[in-house]
Amino acid sequence: MPITITMPALSPTMESGTLARWLKKEGDPVAPGDVIAEIETDKATMEVEAVDEGTLGRILVAEGTEEVPVGAPIALLLEDGEDRAVLDSAPAEAAPVAAAEQPAPVVAADPAIPAGTATRSQTVREALRDAMAEEMRRDPDVFVMGEEVAEYQGAYKVTQGLLAEFGPERVIDTPITEYGFAGLGVGAGFAGLRPVIEFMTFNFAMQAIDHIVNSAAKQRYMTGGQINVPVVFRGPNGAAARVAAQHSQNFAPWYAAVPGLKVIAPYTAADAKGLLKAAIRDPNPVVFLENEILYGASFEVPDVEDYVLPIGKARIARAGGDVTIVAYSIAVREALAAAERLAAEGIAAEVIDLRTLRPLDMETVIASVRKTNRCVVAEEGWPVCSIASEVSARLMEEAFDWLDAPVTRVTDADTLTPYAANLEKLWLVSPERIVEAAKAVCYAD
Amino acid sequence: MAKTSASRRKSAGKPAAGRKKTTPALYKGTRAELLDFYRQMLLIRRFEEKAGQLYGLGLIGGFCHLYIGQEAVVVGFQSALREGDTVITGYRSHGHVLASGADPKAVMAELTGRGAGISRGKGGSMHMFNPAGGFYGGHGIVGAPVPLGTGLAFAAKYRNRDAVTLAYFGDGAANQGQVYEAFNMAVLWKLPVVYIVENNHYAMGTSIERATGQQELYRRGEGLGLYGRQVDGMNVLAVRAAAEEAIASVRAGKGPTLIEAMTYRYRGHSMSDPAKYRSREEVQEMRKKHDPIDTLRQDLLADGCPEDDIKAIDRKVKAIVEEAADFARNAPEPEPASLYEDVLAEA
Repeated sequence: MPITITMPALSPTMESGTLARWLKKEGDPVAPGDVIAEIETDKATMEVEAVDEGTLGRILVAEGTEEVPVGAPIALLLEDGEDRAVLDSAPAEAAPVAAAEQPAPVVAADPAIPAGTATRSQTVREALRDAMAEEMRRDPDVFVMGEEVAEYQGAYKVTQGLLAEFGPERVIDTPITEYGFAGLGVGAGFAGLRPVIEFMTFNFAMQAIDHIVNSAAKQRYMTGGQINVPVVFRGPNGAAARVAAQHSQNFAPWYAAVPGLKVIAPYTAADAKGLLKAAIRDPNPVVFLENEILYGASFEVPDVEDYVLPIGKARIARAGGDVTIVAYSIAVREALAAAERLAAEGIAAEVIDLRTLRPLDMETVIASVRKTNRCVVAEEGWPVCSIASEVSARLMEEAFDWLDAPVTRVTDADTLTPYAANLEKLWLVSPERIVEAAKAVCYAD
Repeated sequence: MAKTSASRRKSAGKPAAGRKKTTPALYKGTRAELLDFYRQMLLIRRFEEKAGQLYGLGLIGGFCHLYIGQEAVVVGFQSALREGDTVITGYRSHGHVLASGADPKAVMAELTGRGAGISRGKGGSMHMFNPAGGFYGGHGIVGAPVPLGTGLAFAAKYRNRDAVTLAYFGDGAANQGQVYEAFNMAVLWKLPVVYIVENNHYAMGTSIERATGQQELYRRGEGLGLYGRQVDGMNVLAVRAAAEEAIASVRAGKGPTLIEAMTYRYRGHSMSDPAKYRSREEVQEMRKKHDPIDTLRQDLLADGCPEDDIKAIDRKVKAIVEEAADFARNAPEPEPASLYEDVLAEA
């Protein structure tokens, strides 16, 4: 039997890729380590090396094919002495199938966007890059600094193309020195520059949290209003995929606890763009929490000249009258999937995307709860002292009389993030558990 | 402790002889300049003595770290700066804010927690700022001013401004990792920053011998390409000479430099520190033989300066400090509503 070569997974979050180029053709001998093809992921172009020795018998996926799912057969390799005839008994040519099904983003009309505004599809990654590029064109005081942001084009390719446009004076690769460059960025902010400090992930910002909290958040207050710190700290936050405990943590509640900071955690590409632009213009330190899994997700982004959203305003992501589901960042995706399932069971859920976590837009949440009288808070993060805890407490204090059921939190499990696929799935917040909680508060189970 | 004291006497105040990177010759200033150094050092000394008294009366709260003994360092360095240069330091910040030209009344009123304080009563002893005078604080986390100051220097370079930053820290902070992270970037990017380690020999109660393997702190950046010099931080003319040389080198675009100023604090680490970790004799020795203000006074007299000119400064400084203390006692506390002000700037 010929050996089946499959589409390799080239990053923790890769689900599909483009087969850019075959470097061997049918009939070519192949030795282990030979580069046989090039594959483009959303982050990079990677070379695929042969593992086994043989002859490239048949190419199953043509050059230029996009969205080839991880694991799909891409070629057959004949072992030494094997006849080409066996190729015909091998599994039929795998037609490229679409990437793993994901719930299509459902985004309700944003009150900040005038009806009829033209949009175009963009990934969150592109939207973030455009936000930075636009602000850098607008204001020479804006610069980007972090590990691998310039020549490598971003560890997650968010800063792709910025070096070419703005040069090494404004797109600055740092050594691996989070504490140091976070402090340097804050100092530059004291002097009035507008640094965008990228952390490769927020897990590594733990090294730098002292400067984010002690030096940035507290500066204006301690100086009696004399010195502002217009710095954005940004990067991916929360669980990625299969990277275990030290690389999968949501720090939103940590930063949202600190007066003097603004904290933003968008879900859609449009919000990522409009809010990052607002964050860069804001005279205060802003912690801007992205999500690695969402970087490649596409959304409609308003095609307007200067798309800036207000910080501190939640968005109704789906309207409904039976139960309110509050979420932010990737949990909005799970909440929307849950709402879809609930609709099939006759329960109309209203999904609120908080977008900003400090200041928290309780007005929008309470307005919804006054209508539904029930609330589930979904969060991709730990339950204890979480954003969900805060929303629950605020609802008890400010909307107690409107509640017909206890506010219920649906979060990741109260354990550290496991590596094993099944355990990780059990650990994460899920549409199933949101549905369960929503039905419980509706007394519908 | 005996060992500590003995070695202290050896190294305090003066750089050890025979080192390669010793300090340049003493600064030769005009009499007017020297009198101005004298006035500034005396202002800090008398101000700090008064702050100590007010602390004793319960008018100043919290931590209060006095700069008495170290005056020559900040006065010598400040005198070599130009308009547009910036300065940042740690929590022992009274001397630095005064040297930056801040109003002593506002500084003292900050200590007493009044609305007219330089930080509106929200910062206190450790968090003094005077951005108009180029002084960016006043930071309570040991080591933090080093990367923060590196950022100020980064901003100057980014904007092509001919400005340098002085980033002060102490011998205790010299053991914080972030200091070396900042050194590395400053060397890498040739940032216009002079790092000044004020080696007063004690990190709170821990002498340098008990905390540090390489005790020549001016050499602590060598592995990163940051070269330094040691200077007698008890002599304002020595400090000024070293400052001039360091600042000129940085201003010429040669990248950062490090100065270790050998100095001494006469008081405890803070007001609540009885300083039992060193002998009374050690302190007395420093005060008698190496006091920066007495030294300069003697130099002035030896140079033929009329004693009356010096005494006139003494009287003037005393009056300024009295006025500051009266102001700080009588100024009203901050308005309660100000509790919620200055958290965020208006977007």
